[in-house]
Amino acid sequence: MTNAAKSLIEVSGLSVVYGDYTVLKEVSFEVTAGEVFVILGGSGCGKSTLLKHMIGLYQPASGRVVIDGDDIVAREARDREAILRKIGVMYQSGALFGSMTLLENVSLPLEEFTQLDAAAIQLIARMKLKLVGLEKFADYMPAEISGGMQKRAAIARAMALDPSILFLDEPSAGLDPVTSAELDALIKNLAQNLGITFVVVTHELPSIFAIADRVIMLDKSTKGIVATGDPRVLKDQHEAPAVRRFFNREAA
Amino acid sequence: MVNKSKLPTAALVPPTQSSGSFRFVLEGALQAATLHQVWKESMHQVAAVPSGQGLILDASKVSYCDAAGIALIVAVEEALKKQGSPFELIGLDARYHRLLEQFTDRTFAQESSSKADCRHLAEVLGEGVVNLSKDAFALVSFVGELIIAVLWAIFHPRQLRWRDVFLTCENVGANALPIVALISFLIGLIIAFQAAIPLRQFGAQNFVADLVAVSLVRELGPLMTAIILAGRSGAAFAAEIGTMKVNEEINALTTMGLQPVRFLVVARVVSAVVMMPVLTIFSLLFGLIGGGIVYLSLGFSLVLYCHQLVGALDLADLAGGLFKGAVFGLLVAAVGCFRGLQTEIGASAVGLSTTRAVVSGITLIVIADGIFSVSFYLLGI
Repeated sequence: MTNAAKSLIEVSGLSVVYGDYTVLKEVSFEVTAGEVFVILGGSGCGKSTLLKHMIGLYQPASGRVVIDGDDIVAREARDREAILRKIGVMYQSGALFGSMTLLENVSLPLEEFTQLDAAAIQLIARMKLKLVGLEKFADYMPAEISGGMQKRAAIARAMALDPSILFLDEPSAGLDPVTSAELDALIKNLAQNLGITFVVVTHELPSIFAIADRVIMLDKSTKGIVATGDPRVLKDQHEAPAVRRFFNREAA
Repeated sequence: MVNKSKLPTAALVPPTQSSGSFRFVLEGALQAATLHQVWKESMHQVAAVPSGQGLILDASKVSYCDAAGIALIVAVEEALKKQGSPFELIGLDARYHRLLEQFTDRTFAQESSSKADCRHLAEVLGEGVVNLSKDAFALVSFVGELIIAVLWAIFHPRQLRWRDVFLTCENVGANALPIVALISFLIGLIIAFQAAIPLRQFGAQNFVADLVAVSLVRELGPLMTAIILAGRSGAAFAAEIGTMKVNEEINALTTMGLQPVRFLVVARVVSAVVMMPVLTIFSLLFGLIGGGIVYLSLGFSLVLYCHQLVGALDLADLAGGLFKGAVFGLLVAAVGCFRGLQTEIGASAVGLSTTRAVVSGITLIVIADGIFSVSFYLLGI
């Protein structure tokens, strides 16, 4: 990678505490521009929590999250909007607006944040839906389509403004293998062609091997990162058996 | 590295001697945030190309192109296709070209026909009638289920979820007390004030007490309490059960072999029926205090107030009022739960059910109140 030195997201010393319960302790890592970065770990280790702190949804107990030079933790609400414009987020359950059709869901950010005219917005929104294979369902309500389709529509909505960073929370969970593979190809394609940086939370092994340039693995007991690197290397060569077990899908 | 900072521009170059086609040059970073001006210009300029005349889109100076930029290229091509003009794209970076290739099938670009533009009156009317009859059918079956569930609870009181009942009692009853007390106090105050003026013309101001007492105990106490209950608890029941429906919790109950009506509705209905008379008593107390304050300020004594109250009311009035309260509680809780169970899918559906719960609740209260008035009159209570 030509621009390997440039880190787009920098998380340093991030601690997350709910009441008395520490979820994450002093987590630090960097995400390089243009890479597909995967956060993984067993259930309940704080993957989604970490993601939600990275996008500024929650305030951490301590630590910094710097996105493209701006500290999202310290910023006031108004500045934060400018940072948020650079990112797109797909939530675990889709979080599509139930009262709008898919096309309206995807058009919404374009209507709110660009000055394009209605026909242009329509076309762009339809193209985004086409990208995720939902062009035939543009006029459907979210409730009328399957869960997997909702996820894809949510990705289309997250991409509406062509953000430079996309956060995906479990994109391929609950999708059939074919759709899941198509989604992986889509992520790869967007990362290569548009230089979009992806931060993906997932524990679908085939997806991880297909898309990830680099992973961090979180662990419940240490409340931090136990492994960092290329999943294909970690799978066979990591010293901790728990990490190897994860990648080789073995019972403890 | 891509340069995203350069603002995009578009220019149309008319055909020269060497090439017979128009050249359309796009330049800069094509991205959603800054594209609107260029988009407008492009559409304008492309429309100016005479039909049959070809156009070459030169994208060699495009420094960055996101999916919105690709959309612009597609839009230009589609517009030309409509005019019947040949189109050629040159110079687009291979990275972006791969993105464009995903849109070779252009069926999505055609505007979808609007689903339902204008419907016939008969259609609307028919649909309304069908919906109404469906609603009525659902109501009848719900009432049946509720009766069965309540009877079951009466015969198996140990299996009723008493924890739920007490929790709901607290929410429906104890937590509603401040608002019930405040509203009733003010209603008592207002009635007494309004009555004092006309009664003064007859020199019958001491009958203000009788008027307040009768109107509160027989009518307004239960009615106001029930309307507050509809707004607070009827809506809450509908929202809670509706959200459960949306989250498929109702389905989970059903597949576990638990009947939703027995599991969710009975406890709520029982607590509303139990708490409504209690709340009504408090409502009467505070209403009479409100009336009493006005009565005292008119220069009468507290003793006279109490004397008038005792003279105006008998136990049948109070029993009637409390009975009405209990029935209103039943109606509000049942219809709230019914609307909750009727919830369809989505967040807006929950809002709709909540609205319908309150509207149906208040409608039922008033209808029942009318029936009570007539039957109490005929029975001579």
